[in-house]
Amino acid sequence: MEALHDFELVRAATLDDVLKARAAHPQSALVGGGTDLMVNIRRGIVTPPVLIDVTQVGELQAVNADEGALEIGASVTLNTLAQDDAMRRHYPVVAEAAHAIAGPTQRNMGTVGGNLCLDTRCIFYNQSEWWRSANNHCLKTTGDTCHVAPKSHGVCFATYSGDLAPALLVLGAEVDIASPSGTRTIPLNDLYIGYARHDDAVEGDGKNFLSLEAGEIVTAVRAANTSGLTSAYDKIRIRRSIEYPVAGVAVALLRDGDALVDLRVAVTGTNPRPVLLEGTAELCGGPLNDDVLQGLDALARDQIMPMKTTFTPGHYRRRVASVLAQRLVTRLYAE
Amino acid sequence: MAQLLELTLNGRPRVDAVPDNMLLLDYLRESVGLTGTKTGCDGGECGACTVLIDDVPLLSCLTLAASVNGRRVDTVESLGENGELSAVQRGFHEKLGSQCGYCTPGFIMASVGLLRRNPAPSDDEIQEALGSNICRCTGYVKIIEAVKFAAQLNAEGTAP
Ligand SMILES: Cc1cc2nc3c(=O)[nH]c(=O)nc-3n(C[C@H](O)[C@H](O)[C@H](O)COP(=O)(O)OP(=O)(O)OC[C@H]3O[C@@H](n4cnc5c(N)ncnc54)[C@H](O)[C@@H]3O)c2cc1C
Ligand code: SF4
Ligand code: FES
Ligand code: FES
Repeated sequence: MEALHDFELVRAATLDDVLKARAAHPQSALVGGGTDLMVNIRRGIVTPPVLIDVTQVGELQAVNADEGALEIGASVTLNTLAQDDAMRRHYPVVAEAAHAIAGPTQRNMGTVGGNLCLDTRCIFYNQSEWWRSANNHCLKTTGDTCHVAPKSHGVCFATYSGDLAPALLVLGAEVDIASPSGTRTIPLNDLYIGYARHDDAVEGDGKNFLSLEAGEIVTAVRAANTSGLTSAYDKIRIRRSIEYPVAGVAVALLRDGDALVDLRVAVTGTNPRPVLLEGTAELCGGPLNDDVLQGLDALARDQIMPMKTTFTPGHYRRRVASVLAQRLVTRLYAE
Repeated sequence: MAQLLELTLNGRPRVDAVPDNMLLLDYLRESVGLTGTKTGCDGGECGACTVLIDDVPLLSCLTLAASVNGRRVDTVESLGENGELSAVQRGFHEKLGSQCGYCTPGFIMASVGLLRRNPAPSDDEIQEALGSNICRCTGYVKIIEAVKFAAQLNAEGTAP
């Protein structure tokens, strides 16, 4: 048995317990199901001095969904979400994305908060201590170069691979955030800052990929004004179970007669952030035809930038993302 | 640092002081001496360490021992009575759902979890429920037969 690094575990029962522990231990980490964090702790990738278990916090367990709005607490498990009848009926995109995560046992453990804040991934990062040290580590931990792009000038391209984020992005979701000093609500899209640009115009990359401040916790994710949208999620993966996405795509659209009046497409598994494609509104107004699908392909090619952070080549991930998006749009338009 | 852990382990109440940083897997194997639960990977990918917590299959290799305070934990050692195999154990034994046997305790606990919530699962439901468990020997076909046979034994009431 290999001991984990020394840490203190706080078993929180209320949000107040969490916030007090956050205030007392600014370097603490939150732990939901632990299916991401505990793996990284076992591999010596992160060594937080205090873990705050948020799975039993009463205020974080809500699941509500109807035609026009949804609300999901951060500690709801992925299986609870995937099996929720109202979620499956009104927001198939969310239920399908939750069901597509890992395998059934991981889904009994994994939470919505942990999935939204899932650490970014890279073949040079998700490795044992021994493997990483043999490779002199990399920028995302203690090293000084990126092995994916050695000339990256300090930028990390580790990939955001959570399945729920794109599903919630196409519904225009917002996240509620709490900290010892108060609460705030931001668009879910603003939670993710992994733009990974070489110019300093925008902050954030695969290492610094969330806009959360120290001490903050995501308490819930909500969406409103979703009436009429039809939606779906699909992902390409190497095996059918226990597998992160090669690329995952969420689509929500609104059709009026023959006209496509609203179209939203989001992609995961490609960039250091989930990408809500910009420019889809310009494809709306008429019926779905080849021009629209080609326009969608152009947006995907322009905005999806997979680097060699997985065993699957980047250009393949970009292509399948575009193909999946076109398939889902075609299917939902015909429904 | 250590915490008090009060739990019901395999049907019996138990109290221990456990280090905060101890995994449930290590608590079961090293502190309690229940070595039926296996370590198969370095975290979350194989299912060999699956146990039931309040009847729900979870991975003991990613669960902290102190976090199951107040819960009911069942390992493969909880199955069978007076030397007689339980229905799922008999299924894996008689239908050859086990070869080297390393993955078997994990598969058995995931199967027990399934049959407790769904006594008569279809082939698809069995495949789905065992999707977090990896076996390098059997090719899975025999495992699915084993679980179907166990469901039948349960229905007939012929195994403990
Ligand atoms: C074999 C395997 C396969 C997997 N496959 C997939 C997959 O296909 N798709 C996928 O998306 N994921 C996958 N995962 C990752 C993981 O199971 C899920 O993403 C899960 O939802 C993570 O949730 P958790 O509660 O277990 O996270 P944790 O490990 O508890 O936490 C993850 C991160 O989020 C932070 N965090 C947790 N809760 C909050 C909160 N309320 N507010 C702010 N920060 C918080 C933690 O501090 C940590 O940094 C896989 C994991 C494994 C082991
Ligand atoms: S993209 Fe580069 S810096 Fe980031 S984890 Fe991979 S190798 Fe490390
Ligand atoms: S030991 Fe492999 S999943 Fe737990
Ligand atoms: S029987 Fe050998 S791994 Fe399953």
